[in-house]
Amino acid sequence: MSALSVKNLWKEYGDQIVLENVSIEIETRAFVALVGPSGCGKSTFLRMLLGQEVQTRGEILLDGQALPKEPGPDRGVVFQRYSVFPHLTVLGNVMFGKELQASRLAARLFGSVRRVVEEEARAMIAAVGLMGSEDKYPAQLSGGMQQRLALAQALIMRPKVLLLDEPFGALDPGIRAEIHVLMKKLWHEAPMTVVMVTHDMREAFTLATRVVAFERPRDRPEEKLRYGATITRDITIWPPRQAGQASLFRPDRDGPVSSKGQ
Amino acid sequence: MRLPLSPNIKEMPMRWINSRPGNGARLALALLPFLVVAVAYMVGSVERLAENPNDKLLPGLAALGDAINRMAFVPDPRTGDYLLWSDTGASLTRLAAGLGISTAIALLLGLVIGILPFARAALSPFVGAISMVPPLALLPILFIVMGLGEASKIALIVIGVAPIMVRDLALTALSLPREMIVKAETLSASSWQIALRVVLPQILPRLITTLRLQLGPAWLFLIAAEAISSDSGLGYRIFLVRRYLSMDVIFPYVVWITLLAVLTDFLLDRLRIAVFPWSELEKGK
Repeated sequence: MSALSVKNLWKEYGDQIVLENVSIEIETRAFVALVGPSGCGKSTFLRMLLGQEVQTRGEILLDGQALPKEPGPDRGVVFQRYSVFPHLTVLGNVMFGKELQASRLAARLFGSVRRVVEEEARAMIAAVGLMGSEDKYPAQLSGGMQQRLALAQALIMRPKVLLLDEPFGALDPGIRAEIHVLMKKLWHEAPMTVVMVTHDMREAFTLATRVVAFERPRDRPEEKLRYGATITRDITIWPPRQAGQASLFRPDRDGPVSSKGQ
Repeated sequence: MRLPLSPNIKEMPMRWINSRPGNGARLALALLPFLVVAVAYMVGSVERLAENPNDKLLPGLAALGDAINRMAFVPDPRTGDYLLWSDTGASLTRLAAGLGISTAIALLLGLVIGILPFARAALSPFVGAISMVPPLALLPILFIVMGLGEASKIALIVIGVAPIMVRDLALTALSLPREMIVKAETLSASSWQIALRVVLPQILPRLITTLRLQLGPAWLFLIAAEAISSDSGLGYRIFLVRRYLSMDVIFPYVVWITLLAVLTDFLLDRLRIAVFPWSELEKGK
């Protein structure tokens, strides 16, 4: 289970109100795309889901429990940049989370435990299409490959929620289409809820089960400070997308669905 | 209608900022300033010696060679030491001790200040203030408190070099993208693990670079300390023979010190590239 429940959420920086009265229920296994103009607070909203920032008022519940005030392994993240560690190889990056979890003091694994984790990491690397690049450093990868790596690194932790902050915004259209196919596949296979911030409407409607728009209802210059953005549209894709199931009407629409399903 | 082509496209010379030397030309250009200095010295030396064969200010090649031979390959009649080598050994030992201690301090404090907000609040202004104290003004205090032995000279190097290295490393740790730290947190990292496996490995290349940048100041403080109180060391020797206007010893010593510093600088950079290959890949990104 990984349902998010946001109730009457406010975010203020001093006098500046960024978000006001945001409430949304995100059901388990949903893929929510957050869209809206620049500066409407959708990334701020995502950072609060992540625990990187704390709301001024209101609450965020994950499966009925209030979110802790800092990021943790239940919520994975992929940013547009700096999502992978430049000093670790591809394999090292994907194994990193597992190493941290299993070895609290040395933060490194050795021997047979390491081999088990390494095998899992290699499978994950293959799943995102990075076979053969295991020993490369991120600086030797293209932008698209770096984001694939960031996905693998986040997903090996089996997060309940995967948060994506414009993850594919810097990629060119061909690479982006390829990584969309991968993203759909991963969403079908991994038991997680996804929340993605994007500027790209096409991307939002290609991937999401729901597209949620943030906007400032009052946007005159003199109103900007004291009125924040809130959710103004909440569109469910029709015909509906469901994790682990091909679309009824156009079976290829929602990307490769593995037989494992949910 | 045909538009006229822009005139004389072919004759236009290439801009200076866009023409680059080839490998051979680059080597020649790199050697040129050294050659110019050497030739200027030779010309000056020959001129002065022609006027007065006993001139000590710009000794000729023969005199320099003789001095080098005397210092490096003939044992000192009084102590039996080969002075250049015993001086080099004494100076490098002090330098290594000073820089080693500074490096350890810089790594520890820089990491802690860079990572922990509480440590930053407590230590950052203090280190900032300490780094502004002119180290040479403290030298008398060091001599009084620690005596005239090795400890005070090493301490001077540490006081002169460590605070700047601490600040540099703290800034490097602070300038790591926040996203990277957050990502590590989502991979279940504790503060300790973030320090050990995210921040530390990423500031180590900078540690080597900051050490390289501090080589110059470290030599400065070493020679200042040796000049005032010592019985061996490259700085001691230079200030000793200054009394006899022995330029034939001073010049080779200065060149030798410079050579040592340049070589250390080069080797440290090689070390960084060998141990942290990713830091070279990240360059220019």
